[in-house]
Amino acid sequence: MKSLKNIRVVLSLLFFLPIFLFFIDFTGKLPVQLHKLLSIQWIPALLSLNLIVIGILLLLSLLFGRIYCSTICPLGILQDILSWKSRFFRKKNKKNRYKYAAPSNILRYSILALTVIVFIFGSSFLVLMLDPYSTFGRIASQLLRPLAIWGNNGLAHISNRLGNYTLYEVEQVGFVPLAFGLATLFFCLIILLSWTKGRLYCNTICPVGTSLGFLSKISFFHISIEGAACTHCGACERKCKSQCIDSHALKVDDSRCVTCFNCLSTCKSGAINYRIRYKKETAEVVEPKGNNSRRTFLVTSGAAIASVALARTNKIVGNNDSMLSRKPIMPPGADNREHFNKHCTACQLCVTKCPMQVLKPAALQYGLPGIMQPHLTFSTHVFCTYDCNICTTVCPTGALIPLPIEEKKVTQLGIATFRREKCVVYKDEKDCGACSEHCPTQAVHMIPYKNGLTIPEVTADICIGCGACESICPARPYQAIYVEGISTQHRAKNPSEAKKFNKKINDFGF
Amino acid sequence: MKRRDFFKSAAALGVASLFKTNALGAALSGKQLKVHAGPDLVAVMGGEPDVMLERALKELGGIKNFVKRGQKVVIKPNIGWDRKPELAANTNPELVGTLVRLCKEAGASQVTVFDHTCHDWKKSYTNSGIEKAVTAAGGKMVPANDESYYREVEFPRGVNLKKAKIHQALLDCDVWFNVPVLKQHGGAKNTISMKNLMGIVWDRSFFHSHDLHQCIADVATFHKQPTLNIVDAYRIMKSNGPQGKSESDVVKLKSLLVSHDFVAVDTAAMKLYSQVEPTDLKDVRYIALAEKNRVGTQNLERLNVKRIKL
Repeated sequence: MKSLKNIRVVLSLLFFLPIFLFFIDFTGKLPVQLHKLLSIQWIPALLSLNLIVIGILLLLSLLFGRIYCSTICPLGILQDILSWKSRFFRKKNKKNRYKYAAPSNILRYSILALTVIVFIFGSSFLVLMLDPYSTFGRIASQLLRPLAIWGNNGLAHISNRLGNYTLYEVEQVGFVPLAFGLATLFFCLIILLSWTKGRLYCNTICPVGTSLGFLSKISFFHISIEGAACTHCGACERKCKSQCIDSHALKVDDSRCVTCFNCLSTCKSGAINYRIRYKKETAEVVEPKGNNSRRTFLVTSGAAIASVALARTNKIVGNNDSMLSRKPIMPPGADNREHFNKHCTACQLCVTKCPMQVLKPAALQYGLPGIMQPHLTFSTHVFCTYDCNICTTVCPTGALIPLPIEEKKVTQLGIATFRREKCVVYKDEKDCGACSEHCPTQAVHMIPYKNGLTIPEVTADICIGCGACESICPARPYQAIYVEGISTQHRAKNPSEAKKFNKKINDFGF
Repeated sequence: MKRRDFFKSAAALGVASLFKTNALGAALSGKQLKVHAGPDLVAVMGGEPDVMLERALKELGGIKNFVKRGQKVVIKPNIGWDRKPELAANTNPELVGTLVRLCKEAGASQVTVFDHTCHDWKKSYTNSGIEKAVTAAGGKMVPANDESYYREVEFPRGVNLKKAKIHQALLDCDVWFNVPVLKQHGGAKNTISMKNLMGIVWDRSFFHSHDLHQCIADVATFHKQPTLNIVDAYRIMKSNGPQGKSESDVVKLKSLLVSHDFVAVDTAAMKLYSQVEPTDLKDVRYIALAEKNRVGTQNLERLNVKRIKL
């Protein structure tokens, strides 16, 4: 029994470390297949309707309780690590510091109900904000990853000075204050709660935790205290990071228990056990919620209506005439705005995997419901690489439909728009052609202009909107060529091939 | 300076200036006043890249004529694009690998290869096949993707380009080879040896916004001239350059041009290219502008040109 905790710790690290490193990895050295670990997360599995994973997770929860929370969820494990770390900062006698607390039912059921209602009404806003895996992804990508890159760059700078180029500096392109701010906010909240109250976040705010609570109440195995053997020492209660063991009443609130097994390994008298629920009389858990249900319902429905209204606002910003006014440009495989906005939880995995760093979390480009969902932002040398489809292959929620590389090469993300009056060739009457040089399909090509000069022209139906032209156009701050976003990604025509040269050349020509 | 040394230098300088202006620059930049009386331009046709390179270098007195024991060597190929070798968007990896090997054999203490790429540098280094060829031959690929690798250099003879940031590996080496590939180019009409210098510079957008051709002619006045320009024309790109779309853009000419003279080698390359895709040399404006900058000569008649068919 006591080894259950050790098994849980080992399993959770086996899940956590690869996921953590996958998000941090800025060298692209880790295998892309690691993304499979992310499709077994609850919300991604639900959104992508991955029935096999849903079935397995359901079965696991019905058998063992909330082991998703204790071993698979990276945010849960991050909290365990934080609260475990906090022991080193405490006085010795305060190390086992938890105390039974009543559940915050109004709050947790309201949040769950709201999330579900808002989703049914067509907005993933709350799913996006509250999915624990995605929250972890945002903390890792917005806060921990940049720290790792800074560390690397410092070392690389020194070693490059000394002539060693094994390490190299990694440029961090673009900074989105809103995404950074929200990630920081959630990270602070999680540090604060896990430091002081263990898994309080999982048991009040997290809608996945609350839902799994319904399953763990009826799970086959559960934690229970045997009254006869119990010495009422209270060790289990002090050790319980879910604060769900009442050692006086000898009760365990199964809906909040994350099956971490810490209580098992701390009980000296062997009174607390992980056992089959339906063997003998079940210890009925009394939920102190009846008196609150009416109030809960009212608060919930009021808030639901408000947030549906809020979440459905589809304001598009950036309509300033002097700027490159445009719709947001969705990543390849997003298909259409409705599908993409509904399925993406803004976990930032594609953002961290994008080798060109052209994918960035949006501010309000998609409106409030699509906050922090990825979009393409072009800057010098930053555009969508022709021979790359990595974002479409790693997406765990199915927001980006996997595209084979040949299909991605003809997927139109937007359409290049040429503004002659801003072009160097027109303004200065000098050769440039940087846009055409960078265009992989030659949708942007040079046509005769005057005095032997050539000027760009766009063939829209073979343009894939990769933004190479916009990224390199020297006309600044308002490029002469830019990509206009589209709401539905079409298939571009295949670019025509050049005529083959078959004659044999036998002379130098000079 | 000793009297004897002075006479030696003076004599060498005198001899050098008899040949042409650029030979002097090349000789001086090599930190040795050695003047080779061999050909100014060697053109080889009909072999594999490694065979053609070794043959061309033999005509020029062998690699030992250019690389001394213990010297730090830099090779600057075109690795601009995330493209496989068959598409001829980058310099032939076999050619680059062979040059690395020869430099190592001549006793170079290190051979460093880089390019400031247009596509993602890691993908370009890998998929061009150049990284593999270089490391297999004992050379080292260094990154060029960050401004911190570059140092500012003045171009006193430049017309539009007065200063630019140049990669430190190049500034700190003893000898360097410019190894471009011959391609059609949407902006500069064609890219050969001088256009390849845009990959030693950090801020390329300056070129595009300040008359591309003039800036290319200006960057060719770089005080540290390459020891040799080795133009890869094994496969050339005749259309949709500089990236290319498919193998239909590629023509296999199995040729190699080698010269210390930027202008001469680009002129020769354009004449070779024009047999595939007729192009008016005047439209490749930077060649004439570079001649005006006294970088070299378009007049191949005046040069000692060696043509070899294998």
